[in-house]
Amino acid sequence: MKAAGIILAIVLALALQTTIARFIVSGRVAVDLVLVVVVYVALSSGSVAGMMTGTVAGLIQDSLQTGVIGIGGLAKTIVGFITGVIGTQLNIAEPVARFVVFFAATVAHQAITIGLNAVLGLRTFGVPYAAIAGEALANAVVGVAAFQVAELLPGAVERRRMGRGRLRR
Amino acid sequence: MALLDIRRRSGYLFLAVMLFHVILISAQVNSRSGVPVLESVTFGVFAEAQRGLSTAVSGLRRMWGRYVWLRGVEAENANLRRQLEAVQVQYQERRALADRARSLEDLLALRDRSNLETVAAEIIAASASPDFRTLTIDKGTNQGLKRDMAVIASEGVVGRIVVPSSDAAKVQMLIDRNAAAGALIERSRAQGVALGGGDSRLRLDYVSEASDVVVGDLVVTSGIDGIYPKGFSIGTVESVEKNGPSYRRITIKPAVNFSSLETVLVVLTQTPAAPTEEQKE
Repeated sequence: MKAAGIILAIVLALALQTTIARFIVSGRVAVDLVLVVVVYVALSSGSVAGMMTGTVAGLIQDSLQTGVIGIGGLAKTIVGFITGVIGTQLNIAEPVARFVVFFAATVAHQAITIGLNAVLGLRTFGVPYAAIAGEALANAVVGVAAFQVAELLPGAVERRRMGRGRLRR
Repeated sequence: MALLDIRRRSGYLFLAVMLFHVILISAQVNSRSGVPVLESVTFGVFAEAQRGLSTAVSGLRRMWGRYVWLRGVEAENANLRRQLEAVQVQYQERRALADRARSLEDLLALRDRSNLETVAAEIIAASASPDFRTLTIDKGTNQGLKRDMAVIASEGVVGRIVVPSSDAAKVQMLIDRNAAAGALIERSRAQGVALGGGDSRLRLDYVSEASDVVVGDLVVTSGIDGIYPKGFSIGTVESVEKNGPSYRRITIKPAVNFSSLETVLVVLTQTPAAPTEEQKE
C-alpha cells in the first residue's frame, strides 16, 4: 500500500515536472519535483525506502531524457539513502531542519550528477552555482510545504468529519 | 520478515543498487579506447582474475610436480645420470681422438719435412722404475726397428731404441741419466754433448770455453753420435753458469714434453756419424 503511494507520488511528480516545464521561459525547470518526492520519502520512511524511491524515480526520469540512463538514478539513490540515514539519526521534525535537508540534498544531487558527467567525459561545463542554489531553494520550499500539507491534511479531514457529525445531530 | 531483514541490511542493499547503477552507466558510456566502459572493466577484471587463476594453477602445478608427484623421478634421475656419464665418456673419447689426430698431423708434417724414412709408433707403456726414463712403443723388429734408431716427435728428439722386440721396443728417453746426444747451439754453432740427468732437464757438457752460449739459445742435434739425425731440436738453454772462462753448467729445457707423448716417429734410416769440425779440418 505504501509502495503504491510512493509510485503514485513519483508518477505525479514526473507529470507535474513535465507539465510545468513549458511554463519556464529558459526551458530549465528550477524545481525538481522528483527529487522532492525522493527526499520526502527518505525522511518519512527511512533509508531503504528513500534509496529504492531514488532508484526507481531516477531511472524513470533518465529514461525520459536523452542522456545516459543511470546517472540520475545513481544520484537520487545516493541522495535518498543518505537522506534516509540522516532522517533516522537526527530529529528532522522542524521545518527549518527539513528546509536544510532539502537544500543540502539538492546540492548533493547536483554535485553527484555534475561529477559523474565530468568523470565520464559526457559534458564539459562549469558549475552553475546560481542555478543550483535556485533549484535547491525551490526544492526546499516545495519540500517543506509538502511536509506541512501532509501533516495538516489528516487533521483537516478529521476536523471536517467531526464538523459534519455535529450538523447531523 | 524478509523485508525487515532487508531493512537491517540496508548497507548491502545500497551497495547492490549502486553497483547496478554503475553497471548500467558503464554499459552505455565508451571508454577512451572506444570500448564500452562495462566491457572494458569486465574484460579488465576478468583478465586479472584469469591471470590470478592462471598464476595459482601454475603454482599448484609446479608445487605438485616438483614436491609432491615425484614418482619415477628417481629412476629418471638415475637414467639421466647414466646418459650423462656415457656422454662424458664419449666426449673424452672424441677429445682424445682429436688430440691424437692433431699429433699425427704434426708427425706427418715432420716426416714430409725431414725426408727421412720413418715409422709411426704409439706409446703403449712407460718405464717400470722411476730411476729410468724409458717408454715402450708398439713397433718392433717386425716393422724394421733396430737398436739405436732415433725416436723423434714433432717438437724434437725423444730418444733412441734400446731394446727392440718383435712387436714392441723400449725407448730410452733423452732425459734418462744414461742418455746422451751430440748437440750444438744453433745460433753460434758451438758443439757439446746433451746429457740426461734423470729429471726433467738436460745438461750441455763439453762446450768449448771460446764458445758463445746464452740463455734462450736453441740446442739441436749435431749428428756426430751416429744415432740422431742432424738438426733436430733438443731444447733451449735455460741457464748458463760460468766458472771463470769455462762453462761450469749449462741447463737445457727439453723441447719435447715427455709426459704428454702419445705417438712418435722412429727413424729407420740410421744416421752415419757426422765428422766433427776437427775431423773436417
